[in-house]
Amino acid sequence: MARLILVLGLLFLWAPILLLAGYAFSADRIPFQWGGFSLRWFAALAENARVQEAALLSLSVATGAATLACLAGGLAGWALARGGRFCGRPLFGLLAGAPLVLPEVVMGLSLLLLFVLAQGAAETLLGWRLERGAGTIVLAHATLGLAYVAVLVQARLARLDPRLEEAAADLGAMPRVVFLTITLPQMVPSLVAGWLLAFTLSLDDVVLASFVSGPAGTTLPVLIFSSLRMGLTPEVNALGVVILVLVLAAVGVAGWVLRGRGGDPG
Amino acid sequence: MRAALVAAPFLWLLALVLAPALLLGWIAFGSAAEGVPPVAPPLAWQAGALSWQGSLESFALLLEDPHYAGALLRSLLVAAGTAALALLLAYPMAFAIAEARPRWRLPLLALVLAPVWTGLMPRLGAWIGLLRDEGWINGVLLRLGLIEAPLTLLFSDIALYAGMLHSYLPYAVLPLAIALSRRDRLLEAAAADLGAAPARVFLSVTLPLSLPAAAAAFLLVFIPAAGEFVIPELLGPPGDPLLGRVIWAEFFQSRDWPLAAALALTLLAVLALPIRAYQRLGQG
Repeated sequence: MARLILVLGLLFLWAPILLLAGYAFSADRIPFQWGGFSLRWFAALAENARVQEAALLSLSVATGAATLACLAGGLAGWALARGGRFCGRPLFGLLAGAPLVLPEVVMGLSLLLLFVLAQGAAETLLGWRLERGAGTIVLAHATLGLAYVAVLVQARLARLDPRLEEAAADLGAMPRVVFLTITLPQMVPSLVAGWLLAFTLSLDDVVLASFVSGPAGTTLPVLIFSSLRMGLTPEVNALGVVILVLVLAAVGVAGWVLRGRGGDPG
Repeated sequence: MRAALVAAPFLWLLALVLAPALLLGWIAFGSAAEGVPPVAPPLAWQAGALSWQGSLESFALLLEDPHYAGALLRSLLVAAGTAALALLLAYPMAFAIAEARPRWRLPLLALVLAPVWTGLMPRLGAWIGLLRDEGWINGVLLRLGLIEAPLTLLFSDIALYAGMLHSYLPYAVLPLAIALSRRDRLLEAAAADLGAAPARVFLSVTLPLSLPAAAAAFLLVFIPAAGEFVIPELLGPPGDPLLGRVIWAEFFQSRDWPLAAALALTLLAVLALPIRAYQRLGQG
C-alpha cells in the first residue's frame, strides 16, 4: 500500500517534468502536441536576444549573490557555532534564521522599502542617483542565501569536535592558524553546498527580484513568469529543459561534494 | 579580530533583515501619497520641526473591508489544505522509503527531492501545458472517449492545488522519511511480541512516535504556502484573493505601499505562531 503510494507520488512529481522535457523536442507550434522530432525551439532560443540578456543577468546575479552569501553566511554560521558568547547573540540567531521562514512577498516588500530609503538618502546627502537593478537583486538574493549557508555551516561545526581546535591551540597555534588549518577546511563542504544552494535559489526567484529591481532588471525567471502569464509557448518548453539540465547538474555536484556527509536518513 | 569577524555578518543582518522589517512597520503607519515613492512617512520635517503625520488608516481599512479578512481566511485555508494533502501523501511515501532496503533509501529520497531543483517556472509551464483546455490531459481524455468536451482544469482550484502540491510535497516527505528511518524498531517488535496485531502496532506505537515529524512536515508546507504568490497567480482561479496576491496587487497595481505593508505585517503576525512551533519542533 505504502509502496504503491510512493510510486504514484513519484509519478505525480516526475510526469509533468518528463513530459515537458519530451515535448520540448516536438516540432509542433502548440506546446505538448507531438509534431515530430525537432530542435527548432532550441534554435529559436539561441536567436532570442531578450532571453539571452535575461539569462546572462540571472547567471551573473546568481554568481554574485551566492558568493556574497557564502562569505557572510560562512561567517554567520561560524559566529553562531564558535563565536562564544557575544552581545546580541539571541538577536543574531533570530535574524540569521528569519529569511528561511519569512514569506517571500514580505521579504521582497521590506527590502524594497529599505532600498528606496537608501536611494533617497544617497540623493539628498551625497547627491548620488542610484538605480535599483542587478545590484539590489544581488543583495536580496545574498541575504536569502546567507541564511541557508549559515544553517549548513553551523550544523557542520556543531558536529566538529571542539577538542581538535583546543588541541591545536594547546600545541601553540595562534587563533588565526587554528581557524585556517582546522576550522576552515572543515567548513569547506558546507560552503560549497551552500554556494550551490544559494545559486539555485537565486536562479529560481521571481518575487524578490520583481520587488527590488528597477525597470532595467529583468532576470530569466521574471521573464518566463511574465511570458507564462500570456500562456505557454514551445520556446519556454525548451528553456525549461536548459534550466533543468543546468540546475540538476549543479545539484549533482553538490551531492557529490557532500557524499557520505550528513544526508544519510538511516 | 574575532569581534570583527562576528560583527561583519551581524551588521549585514541588522541592515538587510532587521532594518527592512522595522521599516515595514514604519511605512504601515504612513499614508499613500502622490510622488516617488508614493508614500508619506508618519514623521516628517515641516518648517524645521518633526511633525507626526502618521495614520492608522491602513489598519482601519484592513478591519473594515471584508475583502482583506476574506483574503486572510482563504490563504490560511489553501495553505492548510495544501499541507494536509501533502501530509496525507507524504506519510505513506516516507514510510515506504523507511521500509526499503537501506541502500535504496537515499536514492529514493533523492528522487523525491530532486524535482525541487528543476526550476519553478519550467514546472509551472509544464502544468499549464498539461491542464489547458487544449492541453495534454484533455487531449488524452478526448482520444480515449472518456469526455466529449474539454474539461476546464487550468485557472481552477484543481490546478492551484496540483501546482502547490507539486512544489511542496518533497518538503513534507523529507522530515518524515528521516524520522521514520531512524525510529527504534525494537519498540514495534516488543508490541508485536505482546500480541498486538500489525495494525495495532502501527496505530499505537509507530504513528504516535512519528507525530512530531508529521507536525514538522505540515508546518514546513503551511508556512511558505500561506504567502505563496507565483503558483496561484499562474494556475489558480483569476482574481482569487490570496494574501500573497493581494499584497502584490496593492503594491504594484494600486501603489498603496502603506496598505501593502500593513497586509505584510498581518501575514507575519498570523505566521508567528506556526513559525515558533516549527522552530521548537526543530530543537526538540
